[in-house]
Amino acid sequence: MSKRVKIGTGSCGLAAGAGDVLKVLRDEFPDVTVEEVGCLGHCYAEPLIEVETEDGSFYFGEVKANKDYLQKVINIDRSICTDFSESRVDLECLKVTALVGKIPPTDIDRYIENDGYSALKKALSMTPEEVVNEVKEAGLRGRGGGGFPTGLKWSFLAAKDAERKIVVCNADEGDPGAFMDRSLMESVPHQVLEGMLICAYATGATELIIYCRAEYPMAIEHLDIAIKSIEAHGLNKFSDRTVSIRIKEGAGAFVCGEETALIHSLEGKRGMPRFRPPFPTDSGYLGFPTMINNVETFGNIPVLVREGSEAFASVGTEKSKGTKIFALAGDVKYPGLVEVPMGITLKEIVYDIGGVDPNQVKAVQTGGPSGGCIPAELFDTPVDYDSLNSLGAIMGSGGLIVIGKNRCMVETSRYFLDFTHRESCGKCTFCRVGTKRMFETLERITAGEGVTEDIDFLEDIGPKIKAGSLCGLGQTAPNPVLATLRYFRDEFEAHVIDKNCPALECNALVNVNIDLKNCIKCRLCIKNCAVNAIDDNFVVDNEVCTRCNSCIEVCPRSCIARVEGK
Amino acid sequence: MGYDFLQKIPQEKSYLIKGLQLVQKKQGYISDDSIRACAEYFKVPEVEVEGVVSFYAQFKRTQPGKYQICVCDGTACHIKGAPLVLDWIATELDVKDGETTKDGLFSLETVACLGCCSLAPVISINGEVFGKLDRKAVIKLVKDFKARG
Repeated sequence: MSKRVKIGTGSCGLAAGAGDVLKVLRDEFPDVTVEEVGCLGHCYAEPLIEVETEDGSFYFGEVKANKDYLQKVINIDRSICTDFSESRVDLECLKVTALVGKIPPTDIDRYIENDGYSALKKALSMTPEEVVNEVKEAGLRGRGGGGFPTGLKWSFLAAKDAERKIVVCNADEGDPGAFMDRSLMESVPHQVLEGMLICAYATGATELIIYCRAEYPMAIEHLDIAIKSIEAHGLNKFSDRTVSIRIKEGAGAFVCGEETALIHSLEGKRGMPRFRPPFPTDSGYLGFPTMINNVETFGNIPVLVREGSEAFASVGTEKSKGTKIFALAGDVKYPGLVEVPMGITLKEIVYDIGGVDPNQVKAVQTGGPSGGCIPAELFDTPVDYDSLNSLGAIMGSGGLIVIGKNRCMVETSRYFLDFTHRESCGKCTFCRVGTKRMFETLERITAGEGVTEDIDFLEDIGPKIKAGSLCGLGQTAPNPVLATLRYFRDEFEAHVIDKNCPALECNALVNVNIDLKNCIKCRLCIKNCAVNAIDDNFVVDNEVCTRCNSCIEVCPRSCIARVEGK
Repeated sequence: MGYDFLQKIPQEKSYLIKGLQLVQKKQGYISDDSIRACAEYFKVPEVEVEGVVSFYAQFKRTQPGKYQICVCDGTACHIKGAPLVLDWIATELDVKDGETTKDGLFSLETVACLGCCSLAPVISINGEVFGKLDRKAVIKLVKDFKARG
């Protein structure tokens, strides 16, 4: 095999400058085989190049769009090679993401060369019932966050007798801080579609719809090309029917991740959830039996079918089988996409894979605005559906945000409520009004105007919102606040009683101060202040200052800092 | 303005959102006129079209700037300083979140998550994503786009 240069050009690779690098590679090295692949998972090192040779692969991180530099990369200059941490290599278990960042995403031939569509072929040699049973026995649970047994859901749809049966892939990844589904769709669209085709065969579905958020243009483009190749290869033709596949773009509503809301949106309506029953598998899109699975769930299916339920279930814990993909981000040294076996501890993910200094971390947030924070003391917890639930957090779809010591937990929970109260569709009073009241209360606390009764109020209304809401949005919206109150009550109390933000993050409770001992009077701070809050004697007028941090950033001696306000 | 481009999609109500997306792509926003056109094409009351438009965050009812700046306020960006980024841009352009500058060149808005969390904080300008931003980089970006006119 000759040398092959692969460059990650997913959305995040391009944002990091992979486009410029690719242009130089193409213009200056026309004889080199250059392949655009999806996300390589090591986002911190983007733009990232893998040079594949007979002696194995070599990686080059943070490459520059410069001819001389890229010549060194092509020549495999070991001195600029990036070595990935061994702990990450040891802990990861690449099954669903095995091909992510390895092949050109839309090239069906390369997918087939790498065992692609062999699972579909195997499924077609079995009866539909056997395929459903295989998924049941593997113990796969929905990866969108709920954790409902996938095989059981499939059997509901399979049992229906109808002229049209619809399978929907929920690609409305709206949890701010999660990008697993985007990476899968951008990097291995064929794998997701293979999973959907197997599902169609097993459940007797006649139509496949991918409901993808419009904010993911590359994912939509790649899926679109992949669908055309599938049709050209006739892979959507079963002996008794041809399955139609189409993409529908969402229009930016978090609540549409909820099944019944998603169906309303597919029908061209406002995406509001409705009471269940009837369940979508009884009456869904336009009244036809409809079943919805998440992108990652479908991504698991080809792996599961290919290796068989027994091998699949050999990874993970008793009640959570297989692997889980996490989008690791926040205050972490090595952010990226990681695939780990269920049951791994948070410690291993955050410290060993993320490279976080244990002295610098306060908590992690799982499940985004529906989840909760888990303090560093509890990082021994195994990551599976039930253990995380018992801590007041949830597995969620896989967003894992590391919160550093210098972040304010009250502000973080305010942030989540700001998100959910705006995303509430307004149908249920408890969610519509309750989340708004929670948000207003948190705004008051972070603005230094909180009273102790506010904390009692939050604890009182949270469970009521959960009980009084129809869908998952309202039922989980108070979680970030309740979990934070459970583990970081002292921070709330510091805000309302001492009028102090221990993390020095809440603007209303901090002042900006210049330490004149180290000041070299360079006047950069004065020049950069947008509101003229610093006088010629380098004293900050905190009445005028907007706490924008501009002076702190430009100070060459780091002698400007946020300090306790009162 | 003509709405012939709607003919490309089926005249079924379930394609209403697709239709509105096409309108916004062509015209930049959803005008009163285009609401009437969609209502007529999909045979639904105007008020229902307005209802759908107001429900989804993607649809805009006012004309956006030539350069649309979206400040990502997803979780990762938020803890990496998205509110500061918004503030820097707002000050530089003298415009508030959700508004368009007087010269019609820039509009500024915060969005939930652009999905590039590992590059936080990020913004996008007309769909192109810029990551790992600090104040200097943000101001330079804005100035560069201003110079383009």
